[in-house]
Formats: sequence, C-alpha cells, structure tokens
Amino acid sequence: MLTIRNLYARVGDKEILKGIDLEVKAGEVHAIMGPNGSGKSTLAAVLAGREDFEVTDGSVEYLGKNLLEMEPDERAREGIFLAFQYPVEIPGVSTINFMKTAVNQVRIHRGQEPLDAVSFLQLMKEKMKLVDIDQALLSRSLNEGFSGGEKKRNEIFQMAMLEPRLAILDETDSGLDIDALKIVANGVNKLRSKDNAIIVVTHYQRLLNYIVPDFVHVLYKGRIVKSGGKELALELESKGYDWIKSEAEVA
Amino acid sequence: MTHASVHNEILDTLAASAMPVNSLQQQALQEFIRLGLPGPKNEEYKHTPISRVLEKSINPSLPFQSEGKVPDEKLWKLNSIPAYQVVFLNGKFVAKQSQLPQGIDIIPMHTARDLQVVSDHLGKYADFKSDSFTAWNTAAWTDGIFINIPEDYTVDTPIILYYLHDATAGQVKSITRNLIIAGKNSKVTIVEKWFTQGSDAVISNTVSEILLREKTSVNHVVVQTDDSNHIQYLHNQFWQEAESLLNSYVITLSGMFIRNNTRVALDGACESHLYGLYLLKDNAFTDNHTVVDHRKPNAFSNELYKGVLDGKSNGVFNGKIYVRQGAQKTNAFQSNRNLLLSDQAVAHTKPQLEIWADDVKCSHGCTVGQLDEDALFYLRARGIDKETAKAMLLYAFAAEVIETLPHDGIKNFLDTLIRDRLHNSF
Ligand SMILES: Nc1ncnc2c1ncn2[C@@H]1O[C@H](COP(=O)(O)OP(=O)(O)OP(=O)(O)O)[C@@H](O)[C@H]1O
Ligand SMILES: [Mg+2]
Repeated sequence: MLTIRNLYARVGDKEILKGIDLEVKAGEVHAIMGPNGSGKSTLAAVLAGREDFEVTDGSVEYLGKNLLEMEPDERAREGIFLAFQYPVEIPGVSTINFMKTAVNQVRIHRGQEPLDAVSFLQLMKEKMKLVDIDQALLSRSLNEGFSGGEKKRNEIFQMAMLEPRLAILDETDSGLDIDALKIVANGVNKLRSKDNAIIVVTHYQRLLNYIVPDFVHVLYKGRIVKSGGKELALELESKGYDWIKSEAEVA
Repeated sequence: MTHASVHNEILDTLAASAMPVNSLQQQALQEFIRLGLPGPKNEEYKHTPISRVLEKSINPSLPFQSEGKVPDEKLWKLNSIPAYQVVFLNGKFVAKQSQLPQGIDIIPMHTARDLQVVSDHLGKYADFKSDSFTAWNTAAWTDGIFINIPEDYTVDTPIILYYLHDATAGQVKSITRNLIIAGKNSKVTIVEKWFTQGSDAVISNTVSEILLREKTSVNHVVVQTDDSNHIQYLHNQFWQEAESLLNSYVITLSGMFIRNNTRVALDGACESHLYGLYLLKDNAFTDNHTVVDHRKPNAFSNELYKGVLDGKSNGVFNGKIYVRQGAQKTNAFQSNRNLLLSDQAVAHTKPQLEIWADDVKCSHGCTVGQLDEDALFYLRARGIDKETAKAMLLYAFAAEVIETLPHDGIKNFLDTLIRDRLHNSF
C-alpha cells in the first residue's frame, strides 16, 4: 500500500529525514517509536503533504501512485488520514460544519452520492457513539478551548467519519486518561481490516496493548535504525533508547 | 495643466453645484472653499488620495447628468425580505419607485427642508467645519429623505434607501442628505445600498444625521456592493440619548474608492455597537474612519471592524474613541483585524484613544496578518480542496461581524452575500 524509499526531507537548511525506508502493506499496523525530535511527526507531515518540508531525495508510492506529487487534499481524498499530534484551533469553524464538506468531497471522489443533512447527521451520531464524544463539542469552534483529551478524541472521530485507507496517528495517545485511551484504541481497531493500514506514532507501549502492531520501528536522527515485532516495544519500554542509540552510532 | 489648477477646477466645479438657499448652506459653502480638497498632508486623509482620484475621474469641463433611467429592479433590489424602499436616482428622490411606510413622517428632503423640525436639526450633528466633503454635502445636496418616527412606534419592516446612478450617458454626481429622528422608545431598521449602471464616473456623497431619542433601538446597515466607476463618500452621524441602542453595520463587498465616516456621539447612558467588514480585491480602496464620542457617564461602546484584502487593494481603518471628562464609568472597546491575502495588498490601521475621564474601561487592538497556514493545511488534510478550505476560513473570519445582527432577514441576506463573495472571488 505504502512504499517509502530512501526519503530525505528538510526544512530550510535543516535536514530532518535522512533516508527512510518503510513498506506498509494493506491489513498491517506499524508502530513508529523513537526519542523526541527524531523526525516522527516530520515523516507523518511529509506523508500528509505539508509543504513546509522539502523532499530532497527518495520516493513514496501509495496505492501505486506517486504520493509526493499529490496535493494534501487529494491525498486525503485518496484515503490518507493524519491524526495531528497538535490539532490546530480554528475559530469560527466547527467540526460539524467542516466535516460535512470533507465527508462529501471524499464521497464524491470515491464515486458515492454526497450525504444529505439527515444521513450526515445519522452517520455523525453513530461515529460520535464510537468515540464517546459530545455533539456540543462538535458544534463549537474547532479545538478552541478543548482539553487535550477532547482534541485527540475529535481527531479519532474525524478518522471514523472519513474511513481512511491509511491512517497515521501521531501521538494520539498522549494526554489521554486510561478510559479515553481504550475508547480511542477501540475506534482505531474498528478501522482495522484487510484493506486498511495504520501507522501509530507513540512513545508508550501502553497504547500498543490495545492496538497490537505487526511491526515496530525505531526512528532516530531521521532514520529507521531498528525494526522488529511487537516485542521490540516491550524491550524499549524496559531498556529505553540508549542501547539503540549506541548501536546506531556504531553503525 | 499644473496639479494645483486641476485641483482648483475640481473644487470650483463641486462648489458651483451648490446653490445655497439658507445661511447654513452659505456657511457650509464657505467652509468647503476654505477647507479645499484634502491633500496628502491632511491627517484625516493621509492614506486616502481622494482628490487625486477625483482629478483622474471627473472632467470639470463636462456637465453632470442629473436625469437618467432607473435601472432594472433585478439589478439592485433586495428581494429576499419584505421592505419599504426609498429610491434616489442621481441624487433625486423617485416617488414612483418608492414604497413608503404609513404612520410615520417620511418626506423627501427637497420638500422637508422647509419644516421647522428639519431646520432645527439639520446640520447640527454632522460637523461640516472639519471635513470638506461633509461641508460640500451640507451646501450642495439635491435631495434625501427625512424620516421622523413617532414615540413608542416600531417599524418592523426595514426601510431601505437605494441610491441609484445612471452613468450611461456622462458623469454623475449624487449628493444626498438625510435626517432621521427616532422618537422616544421607537424601533427601526434602516439599510443603505448603492447601485450604478454604466461606466462613466460617479461621485456620490451621502450624509445622514440620525438622532436616537431616549430608549430607541436602531439598526443601521450600510451595504456597499457597487462595482463601478464610483467614488463614494459616506458620512453617518449618530447622536444617542440615554438608554438608546445602536447597532451599526458597514459592509463593503466591492467598490472602487470608498470613504466612510461613521460617527457616534453617546450623549447619555446608552449602548453602541459598531461593526464593519471590508472584503477588497483588485484595486479596490476602502477607508473607514470612525469616531466614538463618549460625552456622558455610564455608556458602553463596542467596535469590531474586520478586513480581508487581496490583489492590490488598500484598506484604511482609523478609529477614534473620545472619553470626555464627565464620562465616568465608560466602557469602550475597539478592535480592527485585517487579513492580507496578497503581497501587494495594504492595510493601514490606526486606533486613537483620547481619554479625559479617570474611571473608565477602554481597550483597543489591531492586527494585520495572513491566512493561518496551519488551519488551511488541517482542513485540506481532511480532503477539502484548497479554494473551499480558504473560503471556509475567510467566511469564519468575516461572519463574526454579522453574528449578532438582530434582524434575521437582513442577517441572512448579508450572510448569503458574504458567502457568495468569498466562494466566488478570493
Ligand atoms: N518547521 C520546522 N522548522 C525547524 N525545525 C523543525 C521544524 N519542524 C520540525 N523541526 C525539527 O525537526 C526535528 C524533528 O521534529 P519532529 O517534530 O519530526 O520530531 P518528533 O520525532 O515528532 O518528536 P516528538 O516525539 O517530540 O513529537 C526536531 O529537531 C524539530 O525541532
Ligand atoms: Mg512528534
């Protein structure tokens, strides 16, 4: 589904991604871990189409297409979803009012009929239940005055509404209490299918108890320096990153 | 021809259009000539090259067209809500097109000028000694409307003043003067709208004096959508007595060259809300000068002006707040926020607070910024195309201005206008 080859990206003079290789197949869940500042969010942003980052080398193929040539909105309509580490606040725009536009643009792109107001509301109610989010929250200006957990839940709500092929969750677990964590994990697991794939960026093994990954990768200084199965996350949890860092420096 | 001589010729031409019939007009004409046309050294017109624009557009050797044909209603009439209408063509009242409410005095100014009540109030509120265009208007108006709403009277249906211009057969000047007196405990909604047919130059000058007696409630809505070779000067002077409530809206969606003066004197413990929105593109120029004059204690004023500027457009905001010595316990707030969508668009913003009382709460803030790229990316990352995402953000920015408009029909009308404008043009 997604093939990243030798990807380099920079912002200004600063090289952040320094040769990423990653293959994600349909049906898989990949976890990406790694110390602060190693480039995890940058990778997520590059995949979502953020223009602040300049790709200087490498390629990304998504469902057989050159992802890097697509506009961010086109990528989203093609099924890529990024749950932001820091969701932005947008005064005057409520989740409900932009999601209606988003859902319908995505539907039209997929050759489906746009939803009328009633069916939209129905879909919304269903997904609201899934992530246990209040309609009042969705009617408010996006993320304005939302608590940390509310912002993250809202991201998962949007994911549920858009039903992406490839979801990239950037630290969606940080700032969540235990109950919210389960709810979010449950929302993500509902999306799991043989046709979809999920990339979970996280610092904590805890989330991976609920969203069990097929692969765990460690990103360090802009490169994937170690990959393994779900045990790798447990190992990191107990040993920290130092051993990986020294391994990487040696190599 | 030298710069000065063109300047003088325009001044002479404009002055010649005045035929003073009373001492007020004579005095105003003298003031006009004394003040001359404002140049770049005039602080109030520092960023507003109105004289230069007049020189470029008006030909002093050609006559002004005072006659003309009323353009097709479809082009200018607001159909979505029932309304009374007062129609002017090239500055003259058109009885045939107008639909006036019953139960109140509503009289074209060319006849109303002889009424005692009119001479008691006309020229008393709109200062013609400091601004040449108000002086010119006071000396040279051709028509207008006098509206006198009796005590305890509510006019539910809005009254719309349409200023139409037929500029198909030569340049036009349209000088209108209104006096509106809202009697004690009355309610009214007034809308002003302009439309020009034809491509010849139009200079329009509209001055209104609006008196809010005790406990009145007035909604006043200016809608500027005229997309022609129109140089517009507009001066709305409000005078508020105790417990009156004013909601003033100045909504500018297009216009070649516009200067708006919106001035409020709070002469009692009353409440004023001043809202403005200017959406400018190409070479559009709009200047909003506002004055909020707190003359008495315990009054509240809130002002919010917002602008979106694209292309090579130019927006000016100048907001003065005066709190006079006796006006203790004043609450006065002001905010001007601008979004620049292009490198060549310019916004000038200047708040001016002069406070002589000590027990007051005043705040002001102005910003000039760009569209929030993070917000734009967020919406696009959800599948919304760039143009729509941009329009959504601009709409969210702009809609705040009309959010609290108390008249639903007008609010919906403006909402549609703003939406269409943002989805089509930026
Ligand atoms: N716009 C930017 N300008 C300059 N430097 C940036 C920019 N964006 C990211 N960086 C830098 O790139 C590096 C990688 O940042 P990134 O956000 O991808 O890290 P991360 O792995 O997600 O970290 P965390 O675990 O703290 O979220 C950091 O050193 C960061 O400061
Ligand atoms: Mg990060």
